[in-house]
Amino acid sequence: MTKSAREDVIRCEGIWKIFGKRSHQAMEAIRAHGLSKRQIREEFDCVVGVQDASFSVKRGEIFCIMGLSGSGKSTLIRHINRLIEPTSGSVIIEGQNVNAMNARDLRALRAERIGMVFQSMALMPHRTVRDNVVFSLEVRGVPEAERAKVAAHAIEAVDLTGWEKKYPDELSGGMQQRVGLARAIAADPTILLMDEPFSALDPLIRRQLQTTFMSLSAELHKTTVFITHDLDEAIRIGDRIAIMKDGVLVQIGTPEEIVTRPADDYVADFVAGISKLDLVSAARIMQPLDQYIAQRGDAGFADWPACHPEDKLNTLVDMAVGTDYPILVKAEGAVIGVVSKRALLRGIQGREEASPKAETL
Amino acid sequence: MVDKAFSLLDPFSAIDLDIDGRAGVVKQWAIENRAALQPIKTFFDGLITGIEHLMQAIPPSVMLVMIVLVSWQAAGRRVGIVVAVALIALGLLSPEAWGLAMTTLAIVNSAVALCIIIGLPMGVLAGKSDRFEGAIRPILDTMQTIPAFVYLVPVVMLLGIGNVSGVIVTIIFALPPLVRLTSLGIRGVNPGVVEAARAFGASPTQILLKVELPLATPTILAGLNQTIMLSLSMVVIASMISVRGLGNEVLRAMGRLDAGKAIVGGLGIVILAIVLDRVTQGLGRSGRDRNHRHWWQDGPVGLILSLFQKSA
Ligand SMILES: Nc1ncnc2c1ncn2[C@@H]1O[C@H](COP(=O)(O)OP(=O)(O)O)[C@@H](O)[C@H]1O
Ligand SMILES: [Mg+2]
Repeated sequence: MTKSAREDVIRCEGIWKIFGKRSHQAMEAIRAHGLSKRQIREEFDCVVGVQDASFSVKRGEIFCIMGLSGSGKSTLIRHINRLIEPTSGSVIIEGQNVNAMNARDLRALRAERIGMVFQSMALMPHRTVRDNVVFSLEVRGVPEAERAKVAAHAIEAVDLTGWEKKYPDELSGGMQQRVGLARAIAADPTILLMDEPFSALDPLIRRQLQTTFMSLSAELHKTTVFITHDLDEAIRIGDRIAIMKDGVLVQIGTPEEIVTRPADDYVADFVAGISKLDLVSAARIMQPLDQYIAQRGDAGFADWPACHPEDKLNTLVDMAVGTDYPILVKAEGAVIGVVSKRALLRGIQGREEASPKAETL
Repeated sequence: MVDKAFSLLDPFSAIDLDIDGRAGVVKQWAIENRAALQPIKTFFDGLITGIEHLMQAIPPSVMLVMIVLVSWQAAGRRVGIVVAVALIALGLLSPEAWGLAMTTLAIVNSAVALCIIIGLPMGVLAGKSDRFEGAIRPILDTMQTIPAFVYLVPVVMLLGIGNVSGVIVTIIFALPPLVRLTSLGIRGVNPGVVEAARAFGASPTQILLKVELPLATPTILAGLNQTIMLSLSMVVIASMISVRGLGNEVLRAMGRLDAGKAIVGGLGIVILAIVLDRVTQGLGRSGRDRNHRHWWQDGPVGLILSLFQKSA
């Protein structure tokens, strides 16, 4: 198997999780008759936590799962390291089926290849910062000298040097979650699972930790599944975002795709308040050159400013205030489209001038 | 068997299920099987007597200093001082008081040690399994509420009078709180922390030893404290089956209506109770109360260590 940069590290296939004593009968009934969630609750006294979730995460990618509280995000992420057994479906990590592993291999996978960060921090109150950080190594029987080295390294990575001998209750919330982060990266795992890691923190501290995480992430290139209920955070951090609603993944895409082409009204409501300035690119709102010429004729374009297709709206606004002309979009020297002032303003509003369908939204 | 005419108004006097008669069969069985239990009895008798002889052999002043130092280490300086005062008072009660107290302490220690060996695993199991908890709860209730005299007789029939029987009746009475509170402690551990331990690859045994038991320790120690107190409160009853010590003093004083002797014995038991209670409660101090210092950084050991460090 070649380890190309775009190889799938995590693949979830058709994951269902039904909570309750009769979950398997409920699953059968869903397969046979396609019962609704309400019917499942009434007939089988079971709760559907996750409903047929499939997605994959590529090496080094940050995959955000966004959804309101109770939408099943925590349940879904816990299938990846099999803290929860799926009622149906499977999780494949680097080609290995996690659900077919025996207890020993599973423990090795969890300790060596997956790091996890929890919303509640879940630090061990009776262990020092240092002993919390190297827990996964201790469990694997890594010798003390090696552990000391790893601990120093991980603690330095999250800016907590000097706090090694403190206990979690002597630290602030933000620092505790830094310990949680250090613990997750200590064993140098391939995968990071982050279940609303920053949700419990003050906005200012949350911002700081996001920054710490993003610089760490840029350095370490961990394949990450990041859960949040905050779309701003998902957009800031994620390479791709999955929107989850009532146990269903309703849309998976890049932040730009989610914001500009929401799959349904639910997602559209979500993204309505999001600033498009740093998200939407020129290519998305431009009118293709041939269309423009067909409508308004060839104007020569001599003094018109030009931008790249991937430039964001923010850059275009800066250009637009310095000129009366529309802005050209150039790829490899050739003009491919035009952004008029009108299209730019509509783009900022989140409505696409070029596409009549979006206009009706 | 029905020798009276049956009447709906008073049905019970006419029905005789002969429960006490059937229970007598147990007695017969017990007497027949005494021989089989003899080696076990001899072993434990030797063990308990050994502990007692050891405690009697150590001169009282040396013993006193040792107990005070251990208390100071385990529970802090203030408890150390309380223990020192209490033990001196105990010794001054009467010339024989110290020796009697050591005998009682040996019995109580043996009973508590066995309670830990039996109760801790049972408590852990009960903490993990609702079914096991449900099954043992009525048994524990019975052990705590049934009058000691009821099981005193069968135990004596099986094992005869003496220390071993005394320890067994003490265990029956004192075991339940340790089991209950161990279970409570295990159940009280933050499930998020246990989940984190699982997520980082800990095995069930590692989770128990590295997470659950350490976090349940304060609750378990509260249970241990209860068990010790209950063991001590059994010494008078145990003395009825010829267990010596302070309890026996009280019993004999009662027989002779000797109030003075009864007070000496009674006070001795109370003083032992205070000492054991303070020390075990002090053990339960959380890390935060000790400013997160390790045990060897505190108490007499810490003092000696710091002296060495200064001179080095
Ligand atoms: N162990 C469980 N038993 C029954 N229902 C559960 C269990 N865990 C979660 N659920 C239900 O599954 C749904 C999703 O929960 P969760 O995954 O925690 O959501 P989120 O993390 O998105 O807030 C909720 O409705 C919750 O009540
Ligand atoms: Mg959650």
